[in-house]
Amino acid sequence: MATNYETHEFDVLVIGAGGAGLRAAIEASAAGVKVGLICKSLLGKAHTVMAEGGMAAAMGNVDDRDNWKVHFADTMRGGQYVNNWRMAELHAKEAPQRVHELEAWGAVFDRTKEGKISQRNFGGHRYPRLAHVGDRTGLELIRTLQDHGIHQGITVFMEYTIVSLLKDGDRVVGAFGYDRERGRFRIFKAKAVVVCTGGLGRAYRVTSNSWEGTGDGVSLAYHAGAELLDMEFIQFHPTGMIWPPSVMGILVTESVRGEGGVLRNKDGKRFMYDDIPENYKSQTSMDPEEGWRYTQNDKNAKRPPELLTRDHVARCINREVKAGRGSPHGGVFLDISWIKEKIPNSAEHIKRKLPSMYHQFMQLANLDITKEPMEIGPTTHYAMGGIRVNGDTQATNVPGLFAAGECAAGLHGANRLGGNSLSDLIVFGKRAGEFAAKYAKDNPAGTINDAQVEAAYKEAVEPFEHPAGSGSEGPYHVQADLQNMMQANVGIVRLQNEMEFALDGIQKLKARAAKVAVQGHLEYNPGWHTSIDLKHLLTVSEAITISALDRKESRGGHFREDFPDKDPEAQKYNSVIAKAADGSMKLRREPIPAIRDDLKQVIEEMKN
Amino acid sequence: MNKQVTFKIWRTDENGGGKFVDYTTEITEGLVVLDVVHKIQKEQANDLAVRWNCKAGKCGSCSAEVNGMPKLMCMTRMDTLDITKPITIEPMRAFPSIRDLATDVSWNFRVKTKIKKFNPRPPDAADGTWRMMQEDVDRVQEFRKCIECFLCQDVCHVLRDHHKHEEFIGPRFLVYTAALEMHPLDTEDRLPELKQAQGIGFCNITKCCTKVCPEHITITDNAIIPLKERVVDEFYDPFGWLWKKIRPKG
Repeated sequence: MATNYETHEFDVLVIGAGGAGLRAAIEASAAGVKVGLICKSLLGKAHTVMAEGGMAAAMGNVDDRDNWKVHFADTMRGGQYVNNWRMAELHAKEAPQRVHELEAWGAVFDRTKEGKISQRNFGGHRYPRLAHVGDRTGLELIRTLQDHGIHQGITVFMEYTIVSLLKDGDRVVGAFGYDRERGRFRIFKAKAVVVCTGGLGRAYRVTSNSWEGTGDGVSLAYHAGAELLDMEFIQFHPTGMIWPPSVMGILVTESVRGEGGVLRNKDGKRFMYDDIPENYKSQTSMDPEEGWRYTQNDKNAKRPPELLTRDHVARCINREVKAGRGSPHGGVFLDISWIKEKIPNSAEHIKRKLPSMYHQFMQLANLDITKEPMEIGPTTHYAMGGIRVNGDTQATNVPGLFAAGECAAGLHGANRLGGNSLSDLIVFGKRAGEFAAKYAKDNPAGTINDAQVEAAYKEAVEPFEHPAGSGSEGPYHVQADLQNMMQANVGIVRLQNEMEFALDGIQKLKARAAKVAVQGHLEYNPGWHTSIDLKHLLTVSEAITISALDRKESRGGHFREDFPDKDPEAQKYNSVIAKAADGSMKLRREPIPAIRDDLKQVIEEMKN
Repeated sequence: MNKQVTFKIWRTDENGGGKFVDYTTEITEGLVVLDVVHKIQKEQANDLAVRWNCKAGKCGSCSAEVNGMPKLMCMTRMDTLDITKPITIEPMRAFPSIRDLATDVSWNFRVKTKIKKFNPRPPDAADGTWRMMQEDVDRVQEFRKCIECFLCQDVCHVLRDHHKHEEFIGPRFLVYTAALEMHPLDTEDRLPELKQAQGIGFCNITKCCTKVCPEHITITDNAIIPLKERVVDEFYDPFGWLWKKIRPKG
């Protein structure tokens, strides 16, 4: 019975302690409510630390032509107009305040000559816009929020995993989970729950995501009745490490290209000049010399084609490799060392601008990026899709349930611009915290249903009851098979029959996942944890595949070889997934609400 | 190319004790220690406890002692180790064990909450923000590279051998304090605590922390020694003391 479990009571429970979760927890506690914060790992280790390039905010410190309207238009263009335009508006307007707030909490950004926060160029952003700290901006963000947050009276639960959200009627009233250290189950009772669990890249074999990116929050919310939005849009970052094999997928920041790095095929050709999309032609330079000047902050220069949006660059790389013009290990070359032709002491310059990248290649690949080109290829990086939320409040369709950050959807549309993720976390993390606190103040505590708790417990520990040996297998094998299948069939280039094969495969993997056996006991048992993550991965993989099958066009992160063009009709809807009464996953196309006239005008003005 | 390698991995038992268990496996080119631990976990010991996240040296989770040296497992390439002999992998020994390679590092998180938080001066620019020059933030940025892997805490003899966890905050939190004290905007005074409760005097500058730092922060020279000097100036300099008594306030 539920009374067997220790119960913690909060006004607001935040699940996930990356940038969005920490920011939500800080905001809620500042509103005067009692806040609990669940971290799957230790505090400050979340995947936010991996963000390198910066956070986009139209402060205009480097180029005073920048303002929220340009940022808004850039975000909509990048997202190919299926974004939640209200979120794109709020994001562009509020990001500068959120960045300044981080400075007030101790963040130390790189500076301009005038002593302001410096801003760098990034793909898809018209002006230098990314506040940054070398190439470790995510670490600065999470550490600043962590160091501020620990003095806010938030109760932090480190190394806890939530296995189920708890409901009272239609409303979410808490969560049920366990601590990894001892495997003790706990009930977290809360008037409002904010899900900030980040990404789902672990559904793929090659990914920049850490082990935590298993789509937990998306899956938890879905099973609690929340709708999912635009799950087909997955961002494959063009530059992941591909050699040696152990580092496959680890990100090589876009800043390498922002600082002048160029992409070449095995023949030494800068192949990005071969294919520049129509809607970016006016902003892109055909002259390598001008492109170089752009990276050195020449306001009158246009950007080099290496800084086109990520989906496009990733597909161009894919094309080169498929055409047999790739590098020895199946990627292409990314070269920053060539800038020695342009600036004296280039080695020192590169090390100062890209310290983590220098470090990463030196230590993991034994390669000096100041002297040699890197071998890179696309890696699963980011989910644009996720939990459907209200743009203003981050509330889901389930009362009491909120979501923010990567696990929520809408801001980025079909494709996210680099740098818009960190700003997303702080803008919408804050809003989620604010409105969750308000909800908690306006509503009484709900009632925890013992039967729900017992059912969740039974499901979580079931793998221990499966006899090892005959007929059963460990969770790692099922997970690996799923990752390989998604990689091969629902990846960067998609086809109807391959995705149908994957959808069928997911059902078979679900059956295998239900039977996995785990050895040992509940205490810090990674095999067991993987068996739980696996169910989330299967849920999100199914949602991705169903959505990708339905969208019969190519847009942003969703590219179909059988429908390679954009369909203007498909720009009018979002894909919404919900659990049907019979427990099956159902998709519907939901018309995108008409954009406000003033915002429409902004987009038109910025098209020139 | 493929070679056999034997790992001796520390496995705890139900009674809080533990022993090294041998695992032999085949390795390919380009692996790091964490890859091999994961391979063993996948193939031979599903329940082998190991903490990790990013696998790129950025989160500081996979700290352990590899052949007795405090290291991030994800950043230790196999080709830097002599694989003709068994390789030992054990947890950080300065912290209590949880299970296998996972240690209880919660003490570090408690220590941090006791250090006075960042307290900036009021904004000085007309737009409500601050101006800071790059030269003025360079040294603080060095300290802020810290990924909180706690390898410096693990190797510090004051903690590891003398167990002064109640009297000394360790290199990590001296770096953290230095980042706050040297922040151009900060107005707080943390020197009295550094001298008393946080025990900066226990550090006798053996520089082991600097040596193991995976972020190459010059912990001792750039953070601890300047803090020691500030403490000395504040509390042990008779002329300074006199000057503070008689100087005009303002």
